[in-house]
Formats: sequence, C-alpha cells, structure tokens
Amino acid sequence: MKLKQISLFVENKPGTVNAALKLLADNGINISTLSLSDSKFFGVLRLLIRDWEKARDLLESHQFAVKITDVVAIEVDHAAGSLSRVLEVLDRNQVNIEYLYAFAAGLHGKAAIIFRFEDPDDAIAKIKSELKIVEPLDLFREIPD
Amino acid sequence: MKPNKAVPMNPISAMDFIPQEQLHSLQLARLRDMVELAYANVPLFKARLDERGIKPDDIQKLEDIRLLPFTVKADLRDTYPFGLFATPMKDVVRLHASSGTTGKPIVVAYTREDLNVWSTAVARALAAVGVHEGDIAQISYGYGLFTGGLGAHGGFEHIGATVIPASGGNTERQVMLMKDFGVTCVACTPSYFLHMIETAEKMGIDMRELPVRLGIFGAEPWTEAMRALIEKKSGIKAYDIYGLSEIVGPGVGCSCMEQDGLHIFEDFFYPEIIDPATGEVLPDGQEGELVLTTLAKRAMPMIRYRTRDITHIETSQCACGRTIRRIAKIGRRSDDMFIIRGVNVFPSQIETAIMSVESVLPVYQIILTRDHGLDNIEVDIEVNETLFHDRVSAIEDIRHTLGHAIERILGIRVFVKMCAPNSIPRSEGKAKRVIDRRNLNA
Repeated sequence: MKLKQISLFVENKPGTVNAALKLLADNGINISTLSLSDSKFFGVLRLLIRDWEKARDLLESHQFAVKITDVVAIEVDHAAGSLSRVLEVLDRNQVNIEYLYAFAAGLHGKAAIIFRFEDPDDAIAKIKSELKIVEPLDLFREIPD
Repeated sequence: MKPNKAVPMNPISAMDFIPQEQLHSLQLARLRDMVELAYANVPLFKARLDERGIKPDDIQKLEDIRLLPFTVKADLRDTYPFGLFATPMKDVVRLHASSGTTGKPIVVAYTREDLNVWSTAVARALAAVGVHEGDIAQISYGYGLFTGGLGAHGGFEHIGATVIPASGGNTERQVMLMKDFGVTCVACTPSYFLHMIETAEKMGIDMRELPVRLGIFGAEPWTEAMRALIEKKSGIKAYDIYGLSEIVGPGVGCSCMEQDGLHIFEDFFYPEIIDPATGEVLPDGQEGELVLTTLAKRAMPMIRYRTRDITHIETSQCACGRTIRRIAKIGRRSDDMFIIRGVNVFPSQIETAIMSVESVLPVYQIILTRDHGLDNIEVDIEVNETLFHDRVSAIEDIRHTLGHAIERILGIRVFVKMCAPNSIPRSEGKAKRVIDRRNLNA
C-alpha cells in the first residue's frame, strides 16, 4: 500500500520552511515525518501527514506550490545491517530509488524507511514477498493527530 | 471558446471601409489644417518649420508630411505644462497627464470636439470586435489622469454599452462585480486581466462559466502567447486596443474579429514607419518605429510623433474588408529594450523562449545586475503546478532547459531562478517585467 507524500517548494531564505510548518501547526495538523532536500537556491520539503488531503487544501489555499507523490514505507529492524538488507533486495529486483528518508517512531520498536520509487506499483509487486510494506494505518497508529 | 455571436455592422464603422482615394484626400485636407493650426499657435512647431524654411502651404500632397520635423516625448516635457496647446484654454474641456516616472508628467488637452473624436475612435474599435448596445462593460483601467480609464469609458458609452467604471485595484471586488453584474466585456491591461483570472480561481470562480465574452486589452506590449493563455484560461476573445496619451489615449487602433493585426483609424491618426536610427520613412511591410500624426485633434495637434513602438504596416488587406491599414501587433517598444553585454534584448524574446518550453506562461521577471563591471541577466520564474516536482533534479532539469531556450534566442548566458508562487509582485496596471539594478550612473 502506497502513502501520499506532500512536497512543497521552498525558497532558500530564512523563514520559508517555518511559514509552511507554522501554517500546519496553527491548524492543528501534525507532521509524522519530513525531509528537506536543497539545491543552491531552493529546496523541496517533503511531509508525511495522516490527513494529507486537509493539509494539501490548506497549503494550496495559502499559495504554496504543492505536489502529491506516492511513496512506499518498508519496515526495518532497529539493528545493524537491516537497511542494507532491504537495499540488497531492491538491487536484486532492479528497483531504482529516487530518494529515501527514515521514519523512526512507533511501529512496536521497529522503524520504517520511506522510499520514492520511479514506479511504486512495480516496485511493490517485485519486493512484497521479501520485504514488509508498512500500511498507512499502521504507520500513523501511534502518532497523535 | 464562448461564441462571439454575429452582429449586424454598426453604422459607426462606415469610415473603416472608405475607398482609399477618398481617404487620402481627406487625410491631406486634415493634415494641411493641422499644420496650419500648429504653425499659427504652437511656438515650438513654428520655430522648427522656420528653421527649415518650410511654410504650411508647402504641404501639397500626403507624402509632403516627410518635410515636417518629428515630435518626441521630450518636447512635451520641455514645454510643460501647456506649451504645445494650439487652442485657448477656454476651448479646452479636459486635461490628462502621464504618470511620469521621471520628473514632470506630460500633459495632454482636448476640446469638446476632440473628446468626440476620441470616443468615436474607441467606439469604432469596439464595433470592430462586436461590442454593441446591451453589452455590460467593466472598465478596469485606472481612472484619473491616465487616459486608459476615461478613454475606454467614453468609447463604451458612445456605442451604447452599460458601463461599470470599476477602475483598477481591489481585484476580488472586480471579480465579484464581473460575476454579479453579468459583465460581457472587460477593458484593462492584459497583465491585470491575468491577475483577475488568478484571483477568480482562488475565489473558486471559473471565468469560463461567466457571461464575459471579450476583453479589450492594451496600454502595454503583450505577445501572442499571452493572448493564447488569456483565451484558454478565461474562455473569452482577447482583442488588442492601441493608443497613447500623446496622440489621444486608447483608440488609435484596434484589432478586429480577424485578430490579424490592428487597424489604425487613419482618418484621425496618420501612421508612418521610420528607421529609428535615421528617421527615414520605410515602405509598408518593413519593420521600424511607428510615427503618428493627429489629423482631427485641435487642442493639441501632434505632428509626426515618435511612439517608440516597433511594428510594421501590413501590406495585405484584412479579411474583414476594412480599407484602413493595419499595423502588426506591438510586442515591443524601443523603450523596453535593454542592452546587456552589447546585445539588444526585448522582454518579449524571453517570453517567447519560455513559451517554447512551457505551454503555460509562468509569472516571470527579468533582473539585471552588474558584478565587477560585468552585466548579468537573471530570469526569475515562479514555480506552478507544471514546473514543480518532488524531485530536486527534475526541477533543476526544467531550470536548465528554460535557461538553454533563453540563451539560444539571446545568444548570452542567463541565470534562471525558480521562485515560490506569488513571490513576484503583481501589477494592477502595466506589468513591470524588467528590474534594472545595474545603477548605470555609478
């Protein structure tokens, strides 16, 4: 099962990331996890939020450039070598990773890695027999709204 | 596209179809009258003719207009405020003035008959695109000293439309009026109309669903790409109106329903195209600077006024059958041109380059800077739905593609910067496309 990730365009100057975060905070929207990648002049802020549709509508109505992308959460143990083992499976199945970031909270002592694949459906089909794909419901279970 | 339903020809358009020979004798008679009036009443004009040993009676045929000196914008500033008036103030019923970004504004004057000529010209422009009695017209040009608002107003009233003098600004209210009053025609700058479309979208109003069917846009150069964008996003027909305060205001010319160039109301305003460097008159079809002479304006006759607008006169006849000549759509002014590293650049070239990559024109701005004596050109482009991506590399790819497209047209390196939505200021009048931070006087 795929997750909906919200991406935001942010300019590289003080206060731009917080402008988005504060807007979400003021509306009681909790961010489960996030990552920020940057180039010299701009960045892309990526967010996982349980009620992503509400967050998207709110951000769009405040003139943010918003993109919704499907990503896949894969479960990993909190143990040395566990992420490496996941990547080996992906390699073997020739699944290309665009980018990834970690989701460390909850999940009964386990962690999740969020993957952006070029073709998430194809990736899930290839790896689901070997790796545990985390369902959105499980991912957000222990996260307060 | 909403249908622009056929309407019977308005009698006001009759002069648009006048046989060429008749037009030329009318033009000559009016030109001689203008020259006589200016020679007798405008000291600057008299001095210039005397200097050249020319008498008003030397104008015997239309081509003799080439004997007359040009008038330029500086002449209006130098004679500020009333130095070019040709009638006593008691006959002047209206004054307008340019905003004037540097120093004093320029002042223009109208007699009662001049106002009638003006509103007739605008009404003929409106008739050419099918405006008629019963239309509800929203005028969103600024009212006041600027000729745009009251000029368009006079024309719409003349043709018998219901006029809403909305003036510029307060865009949400503009959209509300448009919707609530069932507006069918809008007049404003094209960049402001794009802003109105954006505002309507934010308000959850789809302009394509409203009764508005055509727009009369002018007061700034705009491209065919921008026309296509406006028509696509709003479902209206976007027509050009051309004019400048020094000549009369809007209504010097206008596109007809063919949308193939702009007819000049030649019985009122005589057009020539010159080589801007030598002043030599160029044949029809050749591109150069548009020069205009008023043929029926008495408070302030303008003889061979250099407009700074770059265009050419079309040589073919328009499919609409009008005999009055057309100029090509004006996409650039010699004023807009900037020189960077020795290369002449027009903002419209950059717009064309962007449109060659993106089907939808994003909001953009050109910024010129100077670093250690070297000029740099930066093009700021707002990300929108099609330009934004969750992968940084994808945005970088678009940025490079845009940069290459611009470089191919200009032949110089540019730096393209992606900006957040709404970070580039929107104008409520003429769009400010170029910010020059080079401090050329330093």
